[in-house]
Amino acid sequence: MLPFPGRLMFNPLAGHLPMTDIPGLPSRRSFLKGSAAGVALSALATSASAEKAEAPVSLEDYKREFLNDAEWAFVMAATARLIPSEGDGPGAIEARVPVFIDRQLAGDYGSAEDWYMEGPHDASASPQLGWQTPLTPAEVYRQAIPAFDAWCSKTHGDVFAGLEASQQDEALTALQNGDVELQPEVRDFFSILLANTKEGYFADPMYGGNHGMQSWVYIGFPGARAAFREWPERHNIRYPLGPVSISGERA
Amino acid sequence: MARQEKKKDVVIVGLGWTGAIAGIELAQDGLEIVALERGPDQSTVPNFKYPNQIDELKYGVRLKMMQKLSQQTVTVRRNEDETARPYRKLGSFLPGNGVGGAGTHWNGLNWRPMPEELKLKSYVIENWGEDIIAEDMTIGDYPVSYDELEPYFTQFEKVAGISGYAGNLNGEIREGGNPFEGWRSEDFPMPPLPRTWDSQKFHDACIASGYHPFPAPAGIASTAYVNPYGMQMGPCNFCGFCERYGCYQYSKSSPQTTILDALKRKPNFSYRTHCEVLRVEMAEDGKTATGVTYFDEEAQEEVFQPADLVILSSYQLNNVHLMLVSGIGEPYDPATGKGVTGKNYAYQMNGGISMFFEDDNFNPFVGHGANGTCIDDFAINQIDFGEEGFIGGAYWRSGTFNGQPIRNMPLPKGTPAWGAGWKEGIGRWYGHAMSIGSHGSNLAYANNYLDLDPNYTDRHGRPLMRMTFDWHDNDLRMNQFMKSKMEPLAKSMNPDIMQVGFKGPGAHYDVRPYQTTHNTGGHIMSETPQEGVVNRYCQAWDKHNVFVMGAGNFVQNTQYNPTGLLGGLAYWTVQAIRTQYLPNPRPLV
Repeated sequence: MLPFPGRLMFNPLAGHLPMTDIPGLPSRRSFLKGSAAGVALSALATSASAEKAEAPVSLEDYKREFLNDAEWAFVMAATARLIPSEGDGPGAIEARVPVFIDRQLAGDYGSAEDWYMEGPHDASASPQLGWQTPLTPAEVYRQAIPAFDAWCSKTHGDVFAGLEASQQDEALTALQNGDVELQPEVRDFFSILLANTKEGYFADPMYGGNHGMQSWVYIGFPGARAAFREWPERHNIRYPLGPVSISGERA
Repeated sequence: MARQEKKKDVVIVGLGWTGAIAGIELAQDGLEIVALERGPDQSTVPNFKYPNQIDELKYGVRLKMMQKLSQQTVTVRRNEDETARPYRKLGSFLPGNGVGGAGTHWNGLNWRPMPEELKLKSYVIENWGEDIIAEDMTIGDYPVSYDELEPYFTQFEKVAGISGYAGNLNGEIREGGNPFEGWRSEDFPMPPLPRTWDSQKFHDACIASGYHPFPAPAGIASTAYVNPYGMQMGPCNFCGFCERYGCYQYSKSSPQTTILDALKRKPNFSYRTHCEVLRVEMAEDGKTATGVTYFDEEAQEEVFQPADLVILSSYQLNNVHLMLVSGIGEPYDPATGKGVTGKNYAYQMNGGISMFFEDDNFNPFVGHGANGTCIDDFAINQIDFGEEGFIGGAYWRSGTFNGQPIRNMPLPKGTPAWGAGWKEGIGRWYGHAMSIGSHGSNLAYANNYLDLDPNYTDRHGRPLMRMTFDWHDNDLRMNQFMKSKMEPLAKSMNPDIMQVGFKGPGAHYDVRPYQTTHNTGGHIMSETPQEGVVNRYCQAWDKHNVFVMGAGNFVQNTQYNPTGLLGGLAYWTVQAIRTQYLPNPRPLV
C-alpha cells in the first residue's frame, strides 16, 4: 500500500516518499491489462479514482452544449478510432473525449475568442502562415463534418458513424492524407480533430475527458502532484505514485 | 478629445522585467512614476497558486497567460513577394500579457552573451576578414562592451536569483563551470540545482567525448534566497510547470518573485492595468516626447499621460510597433538600407535529437524550465567560421522540462499518429525518452525586418506591424554543423532509437510550431544615428527623453536566451539615466 493514502492536496511538499517504500508496488500496466481490456465504461468508473465521485452520466445521456446529433455521432465514432478501446489503456470513449470536445467547442476555444479573426482572409495561404481560415474551430467542425460524411457516403456507402471500423480507419487515413476534397476553409479539420482528441485524453478531468485520470495512469503521468523535491537525483527509478487531479481526485 | 492625467516625472510602458527594474531603480531618486500595463494585474497568490496553475490545457495549450492576438498581433510573410497574413493563433512565439510580462511564463534560462557576440562584426573581420560576411548580412558591434556590462549582468543576476556555477571567475577557469564564458566578477548567487537522470547521462557522455559540461544557468532557486530588494525565494521542487506558467511556489525568478512587491511599497510609484499604450506623443520641436496616449479598458476611452521621461519597456514586438506608429526613428527601408526602425529583426535557430531508451526511467514531469547540463564547446567563440563556412554557434542542453503529455509525447519515427499503434506507443515510450537541444544564433539580414502592414489594423485602427522574416543559409549551415556534431555524441549514449530534428537547406519559417519567444532587434543600439534607433544607453537618438528597454536593442541575436542580456542592459540604462541624464537631460551621446 502507499504510505500516505490520505495525502493532502493542498500541501504539495507532503509528497515525500522514502526510497524504501518504492519496491513492491503493483505495476499499473498489469492492473490496466486486467481491468481495461475489452471494456465497458463502468469497469473504469469503479476504479479507485472514482471512489468518492458519482458515476457520470452515460455518453448517450450526456446533455450536449454544442454538437448536434449528427456531429455527436461523428465525434463519438471518429474519436473511438483515433484512440481505440482495444489494447492497454483507455480509449477515447472510456476517457469521455467526446464530452471534452463538445465543451471546448461551446467555450472560448470553439469561438476563437483569443485569436485575431479580422479579414481579409486567405484560407488558401501557405499552411506555414498558420490559421488563415475565417472560421472558428467550432465552425470548422460544423462545416467539415457534413462534408466528410458526404464523402464517406459517396465512397463507402454510409456516413462515417455508420461504417465498419476498418472502413472508418480508411476514411480517416484519407482525411489525414488530404485525399478527401475539402474546401480550404476546413482543410485542417483532421489535424484539429486529432489535436482536440489528444487534449481531451490527457487534460485534467475537470474539462470532461481523461475520465478517472486513467490516461494518466496508463502512461505514468502524476497529474497535478507537482512536488518532486527529492526526485531529481533518484536516477532511473520510476516514480511510483498515481495521479491526482486539480479537484483532488486520486487514482 | 482624450482625457488627461496628472503629469508624472516618468511613465513606464509595460510592467514586465525591464519596466519593473526601471520602476524600482528610478523610484530611489524620488521621481513620481506611473507604469501602464496593457494586461491584467497578476501575483503569485492568487493568480499562480496551487493546484489551479497545474493545468496543462489552460496554460500550456490554450495559453491563457499570453498576449491575446485578438487584442494585438503582427502579420508575417517570409519574403516581399508573399502577402503578409496575420499571426492569428499563437504558435512560433508567445509574448506575455499582464503584470510580469514574459518574465512570469519563461523557462528561467539566464545566460550572459559571450564577449565576442557583443563585438561580432569586429571579431569576424579581425579573425577571418570582411569577405566571409555575406552581402545581405547586416551584423554589427554592440556599442557597449562585455566589460562595461559585466557589473550590470551581476546586478541583474543577484536581483533575479540565478543558480549556477561560474566557469570563469575573474579570469580563473574553474572545472565544472563553463570554461568558454565571459569573466564573472562573482560566482552565481545560488549553487546549481541537482541533475536529473537525462542530464547525468548527457553529462557523462560529454565528459567521455572530451567536452566541458556545466549546469545550465537557472533563474530557478536552488536554496532559500533573499535578493538585494529583500524579496524572498524558496527552493524549487521540480514541479515541472515553468514555461507557460506562473510559478506557484516562489522559486522561479520573475518580476513577481524578485521586484514587484518591493516596488509596490514605494509611495512615489503607481501602476495602472488594462491600459494599452497607443502611441508616444511628441513635442512640437520634434526632439522630445511629451508623454503617451493609452486606451483605458475600464473607462473605454483614450487618456493622455504627460511625463518628462518615457521608458518603453513592453515586449520587443510592441516596442518596435509603438516606435513605428509614433515616429521614433526613421522606418527602415530594405531597398535602400536607409532608415533604422524595424531593422535587424532576428530570432533563434534551434535543433535537437530525441533518444529513446526502453529500459530507462526519466520521469519527464520531474524538472524545471532551466534544468539540465549544457556544453558550449560549439559556441560562437569556439568555431572557426572560415573553416566551417558560417558565422554563428549554439549551446546544447539536456534536462527534463515540460514533461506534460499533451505537448510532450516524443515517439519514435514510424509510430502512427493515431489508432491502436499510437496508443501502444504512448504506453511504451512515455517516460523513456530524453533529448538534447541545440540553441543557436540567428544573425541579422537586410531583408529580415519589421514595418507597418498596409492591409490589417488593430481594434484601435492602428496598422498591425508586419514581420518579414525567413531562414538564411548561413544559419541553416550552422544548424547542420550542430547536427553533424550532435549525432555522434547521441550515438555514443547507445539509445535504442534516436531521431534527429534540425532544419536544413531550403527550410522556411513556419509560424505554427512553438520555437522560441526570443524576438530581437528592430530598435537596435548603434554608434551613430544612421545605423540604429538608440545609442549605447538605449536612449532614442532622435527623442532624448525616450529610453527603450528589452531585446529590441540587440544588434543581432546571440546564441543564448535573451533575458540575461536584456536584464543587464536594463540596469546599465537605468544607471545612465540616474547618473547622467537626470542631472542634465540631453542626448547622452
